[in-house]
Amino acid sequence: MIWIAIRMLTGDSTKFYGLLFGVAFSTLLIAQQLTIFINLLERGAAQVYNVPSADVWVMDPSSRTAEVTVPMPSTDLFRVRGVPGVSWAAPIIIANAVVRTAEGKVEGVSVIGVDDATLIGLPRTQLSGSRDDLAGPDAIFMDGVGARKLFPEADAQSVLGTRFELNDQRAVVRGTVDANPSFTSGVLLYTRYSNALNYVPGTRNRMSFVLVRVQPGVDPGQLAERIERDTGLKAQTSREFARDGVDFIIENTGIPINFGITVLLGFIVGVAIVGLTFSLFIRDNIKQFGALKAIGVTNGKIRRMVAAQAGMVGFIGYGLGVLLAALFIYIGSNNSDEFKGFYTPWQIPTATAGVVMFMILLTGFISLRAVLKTDPAEVFR
Amino acid sequence: MSTAITVQGIIKEFPVGSQSIRVLHGIDAAIRTGELTYLVGESGSGKTTLISIIAGIMKPTGGGVRVFDTDIYGLSDSRLVTFRLANIGFIFQQYNLLPALTAAENAAVPLIAAGRPREEGVARARELMGKLGMADQVDKYPRQMSGGQQQRVAIARALVHSPRLVVCDEPTAALDAGSGRKVMDLLREVALAADRAVIIVTHDNRIFDLADRILMMEDGRIVHDGKTMPVGH
Repeated sequence: MIWIAIRMLTGDSTKFYGLLFGVAFSTLLIAQQLTIFINLLERGAAQVYNVPSADVWVMDPSSRTAEVTVPMPSTDLFRVRGVPGVSWAAPIIIANAVVRTAEGKVEGVSVIGVDDATLIGLPRTQLSGSRDDLAGPDAIFMDGVGARKLFPEADAQSVLGTRFELNDQRAVVRGTVDANPSFTSGVLLYTRYSNALNYVPGTRNRMSFVLVRVQPGVDPGQLAERIERDTGLKAQTSREFARDGVDFIIENTGIPINFGITVLLGFIVGVAIVGLTFSLFIRDNIKQFGALKAIGVTNGKIRRMVAAQAGMVGFIGYGLGVLLAALFIYIGSNNSDEFKGFYTPWQIPTATAGVVMFMILLTGFISLRAVLKTDPAEVFR
Repeated sequence: MSTAITVQGIIKEFPVGSQSIRVLHGIDAAIRTGELTYLVGESGSGKTTLISIIAGIMKPTGGGVRVFDTDIYGLSDSRLVTFRLANIGFIFQQYNLLPALTAAENAAVPLIAAGRPREEGVARARELMGKLGMADQVDKYPRQMSGGQQQRVAIARALVHSPRLVVCDEPTAALDAGSGRKVMDLLREVALAADRAVIIVTHDNRIFDLADRILMMEDGRIVHDGKTMPVGH
């Protein structure tokens, strides 16, 4: 009977494609919006992801995220280095500045000063130039997205040597790096710590964080607790600090509500289209179902028939929707700076499958009720 | 000829608001095998209700029905469904063919519903349709066929699983006189057998002459039982 159910479904091509469209569209909307939402949230932790070698981030107790910081005195670096279990500790500055290009373009940027000697804090992937070039006078490395934003005519090679004003001081592009964009997608400028002190005027204390690597066999969580106990500073593992960056966006922006509404709309639209079309399909076939019941098809078989029809629509529609959503993110992340680094985590298709399954169960159940309530004697009236 | 169906004291009432309306008033009848039995009467006389009860798809308010010695309303719901599938063939006024299936596939539905492999069911339906002179129609879809041809497919569907009782609801109502006659001729030729009962609900007087027995109903009672219609009808 399953075979008959499938033939009944595919035989009415208008409704069949309508159902597929409904499920696929809903899946696409939910999966795509959830993916963008998750990836945007992850950008709250972009600075942490850009320094994968650091196990622990140490900061002033009032600092909240990589972008909401309270500077510390440089002597704190040595206090952290003195804590047992620390393999190495390096300072980093993350501060805001203003760039003015030769063409007069003005842009707010983030200046990131990394340890002069080790360059710890610099993203791993170099797009152009050599890491040694950062040792040159006024040298800065720019993130690839930022370079395209500030100098749209230039590519990763031709931008090298470009001069501009950084907080009214001379700066020269000596390289580009592949960095995860921040939540605000601002331009990231990497320079040596000593250079950053010149570029970023401010108070006596300007060190934003101390990046710490644990000694082999030491638990980062335990070391963070030890650093807090010994220094009075705030110390978090990379994972905890990344999580705080994400939480900061969730708590301080309307993004979760906006995306939540879109996902809810996707679900409602899906239920409406699928429910309506499936109900129409069932209603159009109610006489046939009645005839089958009169002939001697049991309610159990009818249930399995409707379940097969709903399952087939759900499976194909979901597959198409998820494929389109993944394709959208893949193409976007490879061709658009706005979607740079975006990916589809496995949790998104899984969660979407749950939502689609609920949608199919709901609409299938409502339609099935109509079939089960059909009196086989109706076929004689 | 033997008794196929025994109907005893059948009463049927339908609730209307807080009251109920009695549409069958204690009907007694016996239907024999090897006969083409017509159930005739005006609209509202209760013939559709009676045939629904005989076919096991509508429970009576009172009385009993024995179909080939089985008290069908003494069976559980699930066993009654199984009984119908094995023993009763249905022919509906509007054919009720599945539009997405070919003629042979439609005819094979009772076999497939009974759990027979699809290929086997369709092969048997094709064979039967060949015997019914429809070999050239087996791969057509209902939308490609005339009303008469669709009703012939419905006859094949009603007979494919060799049921002992065939119930037909106005099988010629939607057909012109010529097609209706052909359908009835076919029904008489293939459905009628010494061990099978055929009941036809109709008010199509063009085919009254083909009946072996006519039961006429009025106001929920059988008022005539004979080879022909009573004088004046």
